[in-house]
Amino acid sequence: MFLINCPFCGEREQSEFKAGGEAHIVRPKQPTELSDDEWAEYLFMRKNIKGVQFERWNHIHGCRKWFNMVRDTSNDQIKAVYKMGEKPPVK
Amino acid sequence: MSNNLRFKTSKFIDETYRVSFKFNNKTYFGFKGDTLASALLANGIHLVGRSFKYHRPRGIMTSGSEEPNAIIQLHDNSSRTEPNVRATEVEIYEGLVASSQNCWPSVNFDVGGINNLLSPILPAGFYYKTFMWPASFWEKYEYFIRKSAGLGKSPKVADPDIYEHNYIHCDVLVIGAGISGIMAAKIAAKNGFKTLLVDEKSYLGGSSIYDNSEFSKINNQLTCSWLEKEINEISKLENLEIKIRTSVAAYHGYNFLLARESLTDHLPINQRDKKVRHRLLKIRAKKVITATGSIERPLIFDNNDRPGILLSSAIKKYIDLYGVACGENNILFTNNDTAYETAMSLIQRGIKINAIIDNREQVDSKICYEVEKNNIKIYKGFSVVDTYGYRRINKISIMKLSKDGQTVIGDKTKLNCDCLGLSGGWTPAVHLFTQSGGKLKFREEDQVFIPDVYPSDQISIGSCNGDFGLEEVIKNTLSSLKKFLNIDNSEYKTVEIISVLNQSKRNIWLLPSDKSIGKTKSFVDYQNDATSKDIKLALREGFRSIEHVKRYTTTGMGTDQGKLGNMHALGIISETAGTKMGEHGTTTFRPPYTPLTFGTIVGRNVGEFFDIFRRTPIHDWHVKNNAEFENVGQWKRAWYYPKENENMHQAVQRESKAARDSAGILDASTLGKIDIQGTDASEFLNRVYTNAWSKLAVGKCRYGLMLNEDGMVYDDGVTTRLGENHYIMTTTTGGAANVLGKLEDYLQTEWPELDVYLSSVTDHYATISVCGPNSKKIVSKVIPDLDFSDEMFPHMSFKNAKIGNIKCRVMRISFTGEQSYEINIQANFGKSVWERCMDAGKDFNITPYGTETMHLLRAEKGFIIVGQDTDATLTPIDLQMDWIVSKKKYDFIGKRSLYRSDTIREDRKQLVGLLTENPEEVLEEGAQIVSDVKKSPIEMLGHVTSSYYSPNLKKSIALGVLKSGKNMLGQKLIIPMENKNINVIVADPVFLDKEGKKLNAKL
Repeated sequence: MFLINCPFCGEREQSEFKAGGEAHIVRPKQPTELSDDEWAEYLFMRKNIKGVQFERWNHIHGCRKWFNMVRDTSNDQIKAVYKMGEKPPVK
Repeated sequence: MSNNLRFKTSKFIDETYRVSFKFNNKTYFGFKGDTLASALLANGIHLVGRSFKYHRPRGIMTSGSEEPNAIIQLHDNSSRTEPNVRATEVEIYEGLVASSQNCWPSVNFDVGGINNLLSPILPAGFYYKTFMWPASFWEKYEYFIRKSAGLGKSPKVADPDIYEHNYIHCDVLVIGAGISGIMAAKIAAKNGFKTLLVDEKSYLGGSSIYDNSEFSKINNQLTCSWLEKEINEISKLENLEIKIRTSVAAYHGYNFLLARESLTDHLPINQRDKKVRHRLLKIRAKKVITATGSIERPLIFDNNDRPGILLSSAIKKYIDLYGVACGENNILFTNNDTAYETAMSLIQRGIKINAIIDNREQVDSKICYEVEKNNIKIYKGFSVVDTYGYRRINKISIMKLSKDGQTVIGDKTKLNCDCLGLSGGWTPAVHLFTQSGGKLKFREEDQVFIPDVYPSDQISIGSCNGDFGLEEVIKNTLSSLKKFLNIDNSEYKTVEIISVLNQSKRNIWLLPSDKSIGKTKSFVDYQNDATSKDIKLALREGFRSIEHVKRYTTTGMGTDQGKLGNMHALGIISETAGTKMGEHGTTTFRPPYTPLTFGTIVGRNVGEFFDIFRRTPIHDWHVKNNAEFENVGQWKRAWYYPKENENMHQAVQRESKAARDSAGILDASTLGKIDIQGTDASEFLNRVYTNAWSKLAVGKCRYGLMLNEDGMVYDDGVTTRLGENHYIMTTTTGGAANVLGKLEDYLQTEWPELDVYLSSVTDHYATISVCGPNSKKIVSKVIPDLDFSDEMFPHMSFKNAKIGNIKCRVMRISFTGEQSYEINIQANFGKSVWERCMDAGKDFNITPYGTETMHLLRAEKGFIIVGQDTDATLTPIDLQMDWIVSKKKYDFIGKRSLYRSDTIREDRKQLVGLLTENPEEVLEEGAQIVSDVKKSPIEMLGHVTSSYYSPNLKKSIALGVLKSGKNMLGQKLIIPMENKNINVIVADPVFLDKEGKKLNAKL
């Protein structure tokens, strides 16, 4: 079980958190302007990386805040956590 | 008890404390301090079980948790009965009862032994190959396979014991209290680290605690004496917690470990009452020191599995720790020096050693000469080729090994013995290290896998790190700890070590035989009866990956997880395939290291604590009034209130009729309630609901439908505008938490610019819904100050009110189609207001109704229940709810998906009403809808989602989803059931009062 450093609360156990899929997928501002394919790209297509992945997490049993996390899915090492809207501190 | 097997010289056995126990219905005696295995051996018993496949007689093989054979049924015929317990780990107590497994009628005469004779036709993969055809016979085979599957018997009644879970946080966790673990714990604790030391055994010190050999000394003291002083010292350290009988089961990432602490298993049954049996420790350690030691390897040759064949280190432990001789005529078979230590222990006690068979041509360390001096014949460069004796070994035959070790040559010599000790070198116990994600490397010299890359802040020390000699262990432990703990180590400044063992070894994974391999049975996995022949067969049949060979031959898949034989399996594979050992890697080591009982895993989460459940503030009233309950999400909701002898159907019919004829009352407190505030609250609702919210006036209520971004219906409920910037949203009971999560998600991540705040207030309010033609009269009596006239308080509006001094909110909203008022009041007043309503409704036959009646009443009106009539594949258009989808709004969650090519298809499944031709016939929910039963395969057009008998319409009604349902109004279709076909007609989903007259009727 990971220890996750919530950017608002500090280090907490993974069981307090909920994973929310890939990060940095912005909801289109004008969905109605998009073709079916473009909308499907936003709606369905997600990377599933073995290696460094940018993810959304929610401290659901804590401060309820969403934040971003950089995790290496091959060994579960967490490289960074950062607030929503912030740029990833690692590449 | 045979006296010449027990040597009363062990300080670990309390000879003044005699313990009687039963094994296979016979009473035996042992002493306090014995394990079941040592006590049985002291009684001359080796044969304790039968093997899994061939039912071959098997004896105690080891002295620890790696035991493959001596797995027994503990506490026969009692609620505490437990299968697959390792006799080598059970501490005996007065009254212990145990028996052999996998044998019938008895372990000495087992009918299943016939399988041994049938073994030529039971090769690896036998089940896969044999029972696959003809396919239709599977059901017949299954009965017999199930009968022969598994070992032991599971308990049939509830476990009387108590288990619990416990969290532990420490700076340093030391796993294993052998010599290196003890040293590590002492150094860590003395350097200010909060340290926890655990060991699976009932004593500290590992194998060094009974090492009284003159040939290995520390600071000129016997190793055991030196270690005893160390243990004595650490037991006084403040910073150190020591837990014995504690086995680490799992080592997860981020230094999170699970361990089982056994608290009562060693006590007589009558002393266990009301005590916790096992504690599952959830340990989070900043640093982990693994000192789990190593496991001796057996040797693989023909018939290497007879009772009386043990690991040589086990023989040493039984004599040195328990004072028990495993045999009176011993032979040791080895490829390294460790067996000579065992020999010295036996010689010291005057126990006869007939011979030592050593694979090596050259045997030249000091201890070997010492053994030879005692006139013990050492056969150098020899190998055992066969063994004899059915229930106990009585003879072996040996032959000379060829130079390359691939064949045996010369004459066969037979030697008598009643016990054969095997020593094939040592395998580091790297199980926990690899579980944690650690990578191993292969060391060619002595053919072992040792830790290489550590994934977290941890270290392996001692023999689990591949350090086998005493001097190596101590020196490397000290130097690694210095680095690992970043300390200037002042402990153990001067440690003088004498150790005479030579690390030379002649490793041959599969020893050669004078017979062809097809005629041998050399067991690699004792418990699962996997032989070297099986592994070679798997390779011949094309299996290459170790993981595949493992599954095909079942090597390493027993309760011991191949602790003894996995390395040999790997060795035989690489020898046969001509590859290098390290290239194959190992099979995956999975938790738990040793089996855990379900009780330990579950802890206190049993019975009423199995799952948390939530009760409404009015729960006690429902219980008192005979309600049956239904689980909805975590809530216990009143389902129906049977009177006298009513069954569910009768109660629901009465409740439904009363609600339409006069008045009904429902506890709706479980509906999710989310308080929404902020200057952008209206805009927020516009974006999350399909319909428009900006123009909703303060004091008004509106029904809303929420979609997922894929356009499918997610949740629904009524939201009320309490103020200019203040709303209260209701959600379905089961969806409340998810809806809040979803709203927070959008608010925080997509629309952070919106000024909106969300709070769950579900638990804060009790919600009482009074409905029916007389509802207005009843609520007027309960809240006399409030004007309930239709002009002042029309449908879909809300009022603040007071009951006594207590503020409440009253909404006029309806899920039944009747005039209906919902009183929301602070939760702790819920029950008294409910009782006031009951009191006020007495003259109107006010009838409490449960969720079943609520479902029936709404179905009459064609109102959907999200999750019952929908299943995340239905859009609002599919539900014929086009009216709620705003055409004007530029965007809302899911809008774009409503005109994807898939969602605009005409032939999607759509919500319809269904009426049976025979109005008395009630459909089954979930039943399929078809048009033609003669066609094969029958085309499924849809299914029934809700179905009831309506007492108000006096006919059966149902809702369902149906392909192109919108265009099928009036068509006849068929519901095929097991014994009959039911004819139905597609109808409008609104069965009652389509115009909604009842909602606004003047009464």
